[in-house]
Order: sequence, then structure tokens, then C-alpha cells
Amino acid sequence: MLFIRFLGSSFLSVFAYLGSLVSLARETAYSLAKAPVRWRLVLRQILEVGYRSQLVVLVTGAFTGAVFGAQTYFQFHRISMETAVGAVVSVSMFRELGPVLTGLMVAGRVGAAMSAEIGTMKVTEQIDALRALGVHPVDYLVVPRVLAMVVSMPLLVAECVGIGILAGMFVVVHLLDVPQVYYVDYMVKFTGARDIKMALTKGFVFGLIVVLIACREGLQAREGAVGVGRATTESVVIGSLVILIVNFFLTMVLNIFYPAGV
Amino acid sequence: MPKPADHIMISVQGLTKQIGSQQILRGVNLEVATGETLVIIGRSGGGKSVLLKHLIGLMTPTSGEVWIEGKQIVGLTERELLPIRKRVGMMFQSGALFDSMTVEENVAFPLRESGERDPKVIAQKVAEALDVVELTGHEKKMPVNISGGMKKRVALARVIVNRPACILYDEPTAGLDPIVSDSIDHLIRRLQKRFGVTSIVVTHDMKSAAYIADKIAYIHEGLIYFYGCPDELFASKDPMIRDFVNGHSGETD
Repeated sequence: MLFIRFLGSSFLSVFAYLGSLVSLARETAYSLAKAPVRWRLVLRQILEVGYRSQLVVLVTGAFTGAVFGAQTYFQFHRISMETAVGAVVSVSMFRELGPVLTGLMVAGRVGAAMSAEIGTMKVTEQIDALRALGVHPVDYLVVPRVLAMVVSMPLLVAECVGIGILAGMFVVVHLLDVPQVYYVDYMVKFTGARDIKMALTKGFVFGLIVVLIACREGLQAREGAVGVGRATTESVVIGSLVILIVNFFLTMVLNIFYPAGV
Repeated sequence: MPKPADHIMISVQGLTKQIGSQQILRGVNLEVATGETLVIIGRSGGGKSVLLKHLIGLMTPTSGEVWIEGKQIVGLTERELLPIRKRVGMMFQSGALFDSMTVEENVAFPLRESGERDPKVIAQKVAEALDVVELTGHEKKMPVNISGGMKKRVALARVIVNRPACILYDEPTAGLDPIVSDSIDHLIRRLQKRFGVTSIVVTHDMKSAAYIADKIAYIHEGLIYFYGCPDELFASKDPMIRDFVNGHSGETD
């Protein structure tokens, strides 16, 4: 009985959470359609979420590509297929690792910062002050962040994938002595526009997920410093989990449109 | 409930508010005429700030109606409330300045948001507003680097810069030195006389209440316990009002 009640209440809270995200997304869409966009704020946010996230994303992409290349080589070497390592690294970086890792890093770096900033504004009455001055918080705070994120995320994913592939190639070709010509030839043969489209689509979706959850957590923050801390933690945890879960379903669906390896 | 008469700026009818299990407001009825200054007094925790927040739709009542300039605002969406909030400004107890902006940017914010683009006009209006609250020379400071009293005055400048028809003040003089308090009292009076601004002031400061009020409302346990002219309040024989006005807690050592 207790278990069923627990199950029921968890389900309810998941749906309530989804509901709050959907209504925030709807308000954002309405604002985009009807209210003027504050381009200065959008540019500032692009600087903050896009430009300043590059180092984190590049380091993540580079070392993941490098270690992934090495591990694939170790396995493939035993069956004398080491020239195929490039294709494996490239396709995996494009289709899964690049978007997911970028999403997770951005959820940690940008999502946390957004929740903390908006949450602090909430608990110090700055959001109420905005409202009292006749400015809708979604117009002023959420819309610029959403726009900045959907512009920045695909570019960050592209950077992550690009440097991951280069790093993998560097390790396998220069340190593990696989001939570069074969490596590149196979890589190009097995990687296509479909993989690039998949990476960018996922980047776009993950960007939306991170920014909506971060803004939702910030706007709902309550009870002072503890509340802001909780909002920040939840933004990162929920954002990361949702990215991982959505990624699975997105892969299955997108594979219909952009099938792998054809 | 009937629409209030035309000369009524703000009318509150049967307003109740319950937060959790706590009944904050228990049926408040109140009318403020255009150009009038109403002072709301009462013990801390009596629902004064909550009442104020209902007047521009920052909080939604459990039941009751709020009319502003002949328009019922309870039940309006956040977006429908925005034009009303351009007419009715609110100064928060804490100031609620945007802490990522300088003093100057804070005061310029309402101007920029209402579409003013000319930097000269903005600079001039900001300078005027800061002059009114005697903060000329502090334009480039950040809110964290100024005192509590200065924050309140910046908040006041931010409210008056767009010349709203009505201003709600949540304890405008609390925590200020007597000289600055006095100048804020004069400012509220001046705004009323010169621009016909309607004001609702929540305060604990009886001296300032006596000076600025046309009408005084005493809130006790979520209800209007007394409503009338300042003279009536100070002449009142009611023990609770007497204790409040004179600041007696009833304790003796």
C-alpha cells in the first residue's frame, strides 16, 4: 500500500514538473511571437553561455575523443581492424558523445549559473520588482536565455565533435601508428551529412532542455540562500538526467530520419 | 460587486488571503480617491505588505476584488496586468534594486523598458530623479556598495522616474536617519501636490504618518480596525490604537 502510494505520488510530481516546464515553454513561445526581443540581452547571454563555455566543452571533447580512439584501437588491433577506428570514433562523436557530453557540461556550467542568478533575483524580490515595473519576467529573463542557448548549443556541439575527432586521430595515428591515409579514408566514407544533422538536432534539443529547466528552477526558488542552492542543484541534476533519458528516445526517433551508416 | 465611482483610484472589496493554514487578510474593504494619500499602519505581521502586493497583482487573493481606475484586476493574467503596473508603481521595503546594474542603470530601467531610446532624454530624466532623492554623484555605484537608506532612495527614484499615477510605498522611511526620512515625507507630499500622485504608504513611523496622510487605516489581524483622518486617529480613545500611536507595549520592569 505504502509502495503504491509512493509510486503514485512520484508519478504525479513528475507530471506536475512536466506541466510547469510546458507552461514555461508556452509562455516563452507566446513572448517570442508577441513581445519585442531584447537583442542586447541575447548577445550578452550568447557571450556568457556560448563563448565562455568553449574551454570546458573543448577539453571534454578532446580528451573523450582521445581516450575513445585509444580504447577502440586496443580492441580493434586484436582483430587487425585498426584502420576502422576513425570511422567508429567519428560516427560515435557525432551521433552520441558530442551532443550528450556537451549537453552535460553545459547543464553543469550554464544551467547552474542561470538557476543561481534567477533564483537569487527571485528571493531578493528583484523578480517582483521587474513585475511591478510592468516587465514580464519571461520576456526579460527567459527569452534571451532561450535564444542564446539554441544558437550556442549546436555550435558548441560542433566544436566538441570536431576536436574529439581530431584528438582521436592524433592519438591513433601519431601515438599508435595507424596509417593516416586509411584512417581518414574510412572515417570520411562512414561519416555523412546525416550524422552532422543528428548532432546539431540533438544539440538544439539539449540546449532547450537545459535552459528551460534552469529558468524554471530559478523562477520557482524559495526561501533564501538554501532555496537558491536547492534550485541550482536540481537544475544540474534534473537537467543532466533528462538529457540522458531524452537522448535515448531521440536516438531511436532520429535514426528513422537519419539512419546510421547507410 | 459594483464598479467603484470614477474618482476612486483603488478600491478593495472583501479581500481575503490565506497562505498555507494562516489567514493573513480576513475581508479588507478600502477605497483610495485619486490624488489622496492613504497611510496604512498596524503591527508587524498584520498583513500590510501582503495587502500592498495585492494592489498591483503581485499576489492573488483567496477571494475578493481589487479595482484600479475602474478595472477589476483579480483574475487578469500576468501579461494583462503589465499596462496597469505602468500606472501604479511600487517601492519595495528592501528596495529590490537590480544588483547587476549600477544606480544609474536601475533608475533608467523603467524608461528603457517603456521604449525611450534617446540617451540624452534618459540621462536627463535619471539626473532629475536622482536629484529629487538627493543622490546626485552616486550614479556609477553598484547597489551592494551603497547603504540601506541609499538603496531605498534609489528604489524611490526608479519608481518616480516614469511618473506613475499612483505609488505604493512599503515602509519608505524604515531604517533611514531622521533627516532623510523627513525629506522623503516631503517628497511624497510634493509628488501629491505637484503631480496629483495617489499614494498608499505602509509605515510604522507615526510622525511621518501624521505629516503625509489624508486618511489613515489601521490594520489589525487582517481587518481594517480603524479608518479615518489623522486627527481622528490621534484623538481616538481606543486603547489598542492609543498603545500603537504612543508605542506602549504594556510591559513594565
